[in-house]
Amino acid sequence: MKILVCISHVPDTTSKINFTDNSTKFDTAGVQFIIGPYDDYALARAIELKEANPGTTVTVLNVGQADTEPTIRKALAIGADDAIRVNAEPTDSFFVASQIAEHAKGYDLILMGRESIDYNSGVVHAMVGDLLGLPSVSPVMKLDVEGTKVKMTREIEGGKEQVEANLPLVAGCQEPIAEWKIPNMRGIMSAKTKPLKVVDAVSVTTSVALSKFELPAPKGAVKMIAADAVADLVAKLKNEAKVL
Amino acid sequence: MSALVFIETSEGKAKKSSLEALCYAKALGGNVTAIVLGPADAASLQDLGKFGASKVLHAADSKLEKGVIQVYASVITKAMTDENAEVLVLANSSLATPVAAKVAIKTGASFASNVVELPDTTSGFKVKRSIYTGKAFCWQELKNAKKVIAIKKNAAEVIEIGGNATVTPYSVTLADADFNTTILSSEKATGDVLLPEAEIVVSGGRGMKGPEHWNMLEELAKTLGAATGCSKPVSDMNWRPHHEHVGQTGVKVAPQLYIAVGISGAIQHLAGVNSSKCIVVINKDPEAPFFKAADYGIVGDAFDVVPKLTAAIKAAL
Repeated sequence: MKILVCISHVPDTTSKINFTDNSTKFDTAGVQFIIGPYDDYALARAIELKEANPGTTVTVLNVGQADTEPTIRKALAIGADDAIRVNAEPTDSFFVASQIAEHAKGYDLILMGRESIDYNSGVVHAMVGDLLGLPSVSPVMKLDVEGTKVKMTREIEGGKEQVEANLPLVAGCQEPIAEWKIPNMRGIMSAKTKPLKVVDAVSVTTSVALSKFELPAPKGAVKMIAADAVADLVAKLKNEAKVL
Repeated sequence: MSALVFIETSEGKAKKSSLEALCYAKALGGNVTAIVLGPADAASLQDLGKFGASKVLHAADSKLEKGVIQVYASVITKAMTDENAEVLVLANSSLATPVAAKVAIKTGASFASNVVELPDTTSGFKVKRSIYTGKAFCWQELKNAKKVIAIKKNAAEVIEIGGNATVTPYSVTLADADFNTTILSSEKATGDVLLPEAEIVVSGGRGMKGPEHWNMLEELAKTLGAATGCSKPVSDMNWRPHHEHVGQTGVKVAPQLYIAVGISGAIQHLAGVNSSKCIVVINKDPEAPFFKAADYGIVGDAFDVVPKLTAAIKAAL
């Protein structure tokens, strides 16, 4: 089985978000970049499938500029065999999906996170599926391959459903599909020499354009209420915050 | 601009988030057609007129009862063409968001999800989206003539305008090839308020000390007509199901009121609640970081404060 895992290179979940250049650029100062947490689940499941099925290979793909390579190397250290970097700024979902679709032909299983944690659109898997004419399922909490069939548990609002589809398939993953893997020293050493192919992006006509960023209005200071004055809280929720 | 709105149903009735999408579409100013797929309650279809639809297309084919994404995408793409709709509006959900993405590709539309405000049309057509898991927004221009807009839950208001809709059966030809996934079964919490759509959410963390103490939070939630949520450690320990986990890697909520009990407020949890209008934090540790993100805070023992709060609300409402 050939597995492709698509990873995003995103600010660590604890990052403070700021913008520069008159609110038109993301401020990378002091920001640590990581493999998207949902993509990390997809990668962990791919490695599990590789370990359980001899002959399975795992390729990681990232759409990004040269600064994403440490993130790609980390995915190789976790256990992927080789990597592809599409040398381009990931501008929007359709652009990224088009790049993935270009390289995903021939893979049996195309995994990624349910969404990237920067733009949160949560549609790249659906778009890749559409572009390649393959089924796509997300968010997947459990995924097992049985011959050419894939059995999945998908989360829905207020519950879950059991879904089945044939390979090849695109899936957007989330917890608890697998436990995140931490690279060990041997993995880190071998990652340095694993193949990382850099390719040019295919040309895509984008239909969206970012005009500016905005931060939420700052929150006022918390109002503390004594533990024995809950009636006071109820009155404030009703009359001051007007949420009851 | 003429709009098509995809209405999701639950037990035959339109979901609240879909009514939000319908009202958003109405506010765009043009003619609004709603489309409902699968069996639905006749009165509920008629009611869509009250929220802005002038026409309701109902494809009642029983094969549409289960939401197979590729099938829904094909039907809605065809309806967009049939109705000459310039924009498709729907609510972000596990079903509608992937459907929206596929329709955008099939119709060559500009696409935006997690939209939180009406567009700015002073120059072009710009929408405001929630990004960085609620920590920021961006304005994005949708350049193509056709547009697909997915609205973040609780971002648009449901306003009854009291119009009338013509309900028309919509006949569809379903391609076998589109049934590329099979939904074998589903388990859904019924009767309760759905967490992602809830106006009020009561969440518990590790401070609740065990799943056996959740009835206290459920009682408070019931009194408020609220949904219950929890922090990541709580769902990791299986005290509560995963679909109740609120946070960066769980459900993102945007209620009017979020009450957090015994949750310290890790930044990953805050990412799931930062779109809430008002946050109340109850924690016995005065240093809990969640207080900094709260509107109201009570330092106290959950087992003491929560029952008192429930009683005070019962007395006040």
